[in-house]
Amino acid sequence: MKSCVIVFPGSNCDRDVAVALEASSGTPPRMIWHGESELPACDLIVLPGGFSHGDYLRSGAMAARAPIMRAVAAKAKAGTPVLGLCNGFQILTEAGLLPGALMRNAGLKFICRDVFLRVDNSDTLFTRGYRQGQVVRIPISHHDGNYFADSVTLQHLEDTGRVALRYCTDDGLIRSEANPNGSLNNIAGILNEAGNVLGMMPHPERLISPELGGSDGRAMFDALAELVQCA
Amino acid sequence: MRVTITPEIVAEHGLKPDEYAHILRVLNREPNITELGIFSAMWNEHCSYKSSRVWLRTMPTTGPQVVCGPGENAGVVDIGDGQVAIFKMESHNHPSFIEPYQGAATGVGGIMRDVFTMGARPVANLNALRFGAPENPKTRHLISGVVAGIGGYGNCIGVPTVGGEVNFDPGYNGNILVNAMCIGVADADKVFYSTASGVGNPVVYVGSKTGRDGIHGASMASAEFDENSEEKRPTVQVGDPFTEKLLLEACLELMAGDAVIAIQDMGAAGLTCSAVEMASKGGLGLLLDLDRVPCREAGMTAYEMMLSESQERMLMVLRPDRAEAARAIFERWELDFAIVGETTDTGRFIIRHRGETVADLPVDVLADQAPVYQRPWTPTPPLPLLAAADVPSNEDPGAALVRLLGGPHLSSRRWIWEQYDHMVMGDTVQRPGGDAAVVRLHGSRKGIAATTDVTPRYCAASPREGGKQAIAEAFRNLCAVGAKPLATTDCLNFGSPERPEIMGQLVGCIEGLSEACRALDMPIVSGNVSLYNETSGVAIPPTPAIGAIGLLNDIDHMATIAFKREGDVILLVGETAGHLGQSLYAREIAGRMDGAPPPVDLAAERRNGDFVRGQIVAGNVMAAHDVSDGGLLVALSEMALAGGLGCILTLPKNAGLPHAWLFGEDQARYVLCVSPDKAPGLVSLADAQGIPVTELGKTGGRDIILDGRLIQTLETLRHAHENWFPDYMEG
Repeated sequence: MKSCVIVFPGSNCDRDVAVALEASSGTPPRMIWHGESELPACDLIVLPGGFSHGDYLRSGAMAARAPIMRAVAAKAKAGTPVLGLCNGFQILTEAGLLPGALMRNAGLKFICRDVFLRVDNSDTLFTRGYRQGQVVRIPISHHDGNYFADSVTLQHLEDTGRVALRYCTDDGLIRSEANPNGSLNNIAGILNEAGNVLGMMPHPERLISPELGGSDGRAMFDALAELVQCA
Repeated sequence: MRVTITPEIVAEHGLKPDEYAHILRVLNREPNITELGIFSAMWNEHCSYKSSRVWLRTMPTTGPQVVCGPGENAGVVDIGDGQVAIFKMESHNHPSFIEPYQGAATGVGGIMRDVFTMGARPVANLNALRFGAPENPKTRHLISGVVAGIGGYGNCIGVPTVGGEVNFDPGYNGNILVNAMCIGVADADKVFYSTASGVGNPVVYVGSKTGRDGIHGASMASAEFDENSEEKRPTVQVGDPFTEKLLLEACLELMAGDAVIAIQDMGAAGLTCSAVEMASKGGLGLLLDLDRVPCREAGMTAYEMMLSESQERMLMVLRPDRAEAARAIFERWELDFAIVGETTDTGRFIIRHRGETVADLPVDVLADQAPVYQRPWTPTPPLPLLAAADVPSNEDPGAALVRLLGGPHLSSRRWIWEQYDHMVMGDTVQRPGGDAAVVRLHGSRKGIAATTDVTPRYCAASPREGGKQAIAEAFRNLCAVGAKPLATTDCLNFGSPERPEIMGQLVGCIEGLSEACRALDMPIVSGNVSLYNETSGVAIPPTPAIGAIGLLNDIDHMATIAFKREGDVILLVGETAGHLGQSLYAREIAGRMDGAPPPVDLAAERRNGDFVRGQIVAGNVMAAHDVSDGGLLVALSEMALAGGLGCILTLPKNAGLPHAWLFGEDQARYVLCVSPDKAPGLVSLADAQGIPVTELGKTGGRDIILDGRLIQTLETLRHAHENWFPDYMEG
């Protein structure tokens, strides 16, 4: 698999996701500096977590205007899978590659903890390793993960199966007490119209082996590796 | 700027009349105001350790594992395979009380700079926090700000905050303690020091621009507070973790090559302290041209530039032929890079500004001739033992347990650590909430365990035993996860050293720490001293906070505190005398504040700890937990809560008074959980080594049961344990 991880000033999960990609695919990703204007040929683009530009102005707002993002948008339009994790999700919404916005957590505090997610669309490039409706445990670690979209957009996301992941209880119920940050409809991750761009607040790269406390995140990287190896 | 130096101005700079007389003598003239500011910055307590130095020299700082002890930015310890761990803990108490968010944030930023200045990538942060009584009207606000500040900085830079501790005591009402610890890892042949060498080498400034923030911060940190302390807010610096992240990456990129001769972060007393230290260690002079210093504000005076504590700055001496390559690295990271001076052979610290020489001072006098005080001290009078029979036991043990686990001292700290990213970097293999945090050494199966410890109420009752206990508890916490304790960093937080009884506390604690460090082979390799933690004459409890690290050769042989499965045998390692003096039970349940703290038998600590670690590494232990605050019943409950599994216990026949047995805080003890087939072997091995082991019962069910009687359900305990902190913070 040839994959690229975009590194912005202030990215801090770039190494973590590179480790996960290499663990699943056997090949380390190319690390691409935000100031570049072109991307090498690749099968997957990852926007990692962190605090690009210190989250100053708004999370992801400045990174979304980096030179490399024009190339990312072009690749996304051409069908290359793009995965945005945490700050990467924020950047994708700021860049207009995904709808909606990630506001400050409802509790106004940074939250780092394992949460349960229900896979509400397992028919995607990213989530094929999970069963439809499967409950997985993956950590979140963010201050601005409160997903918001206007009601028309939200309805459209729901109607077209573009809500891939939702915060849930350990037995898969979508309840407000299982919602860590106030996201509408307990949304943790959404797809673009074409299904090749996924943004999610949780960090699957943090739980890829038992010694880290769990391996539920591994299946996402395994699926991506398998997909592009077949391609 | 011509300012006549009056006695008032000297006093405002925190210099005593005899200290100023010494300056006049060595200069043979009056200093100008910039020079006075430089002396004040170098000779204040925070930078010069003038009250503690004679005692610090008595501490054990060497050992085969020590690569570099105190005196550099941080301590360096060998961890094998060509790698070193570089770590230190430092206080940011005074600024955090005045402006909790920025004070705590810049404390974290400063300690991380100390570590990556030496070439290490930071891999873990910890913090030891002391707040006033929960009912003090300021406490909630201070906790909220300090925790947000620590998280705000560490989360952004992307270093996991994996552990720490929190105490409440009315003695901290006027002076909270914020002690931040950072651990980094470097290749042994890529460690950078602050000793300048060579003449005519460029002195390079990198990082953020210099502003007017934090001027005289170190002097503020060397003075007591009074009712007007709020007015000192402008001396608190403002942190920019994003810039520090860039600085970290740029410095490590530069250090991969051979450009750096010496490097020093600009912490307390900024440009002054970093320049003088590099020159002094190299036996050199140094010339600074302030017109080249990147400034945030126009019209800054030499005085302001030399005393600014603007954050995220570094000073380096580079090889001249590498300076331009270095510039390219920093410019790519969009950081300032300026050649601001050069090393000289004159031994003078000469500063030029706007075409004039604004300071010309001897480096050795600034660095080495700071006054050193043999302050008078009186030992803390020993307290008599408190007999267990004199501690009322009228409260039902189950009710006492709920009060302890559901109170300020022992409640879950989840509310705090969930605000810290404790998993970034993908190597956290033991998260907060256990005895010690463990981070994997990236790309290997080895791990570094880390803990912070001290029990201030013990130190107040007996500085020496309290000092010993702080090290012993750190030792236990490391052994309890299966780590071999390596070395220690300390943050000595005390009141005013000008009071003999406070000096007595400092001396007693240092003696206790030293004795324990020697006995447990955990030399002190770094640390700092924070004195004058008092407000209107009321000092904090003596608080020698300890940070310690240990090494695991294989993270597959690591223990956690959680009960794992039904039917495992629960064993107590160590002797139980039922010591209730200074215990939480005595204080919180029985209302007794008197009595000596538990004695620390260092030989027993060593023996029991080595045994426990050996059993964990051998794979014989399902769970392990040290017994400390709150005693045995609390330790067992914490293991049960962590595993979601209860236990069925039997009071031993020779237990004595039940409340003393259940809640006594005897030292050198661990609870182990062992599978039934391995228990007999472990017990006989312990017997053979003369290590006391008592079988307490078995794991199982959803309750804590003692002698067939329900002590408490886990559900009740969990509710109390988890809810105290969030409920308190919501007010």
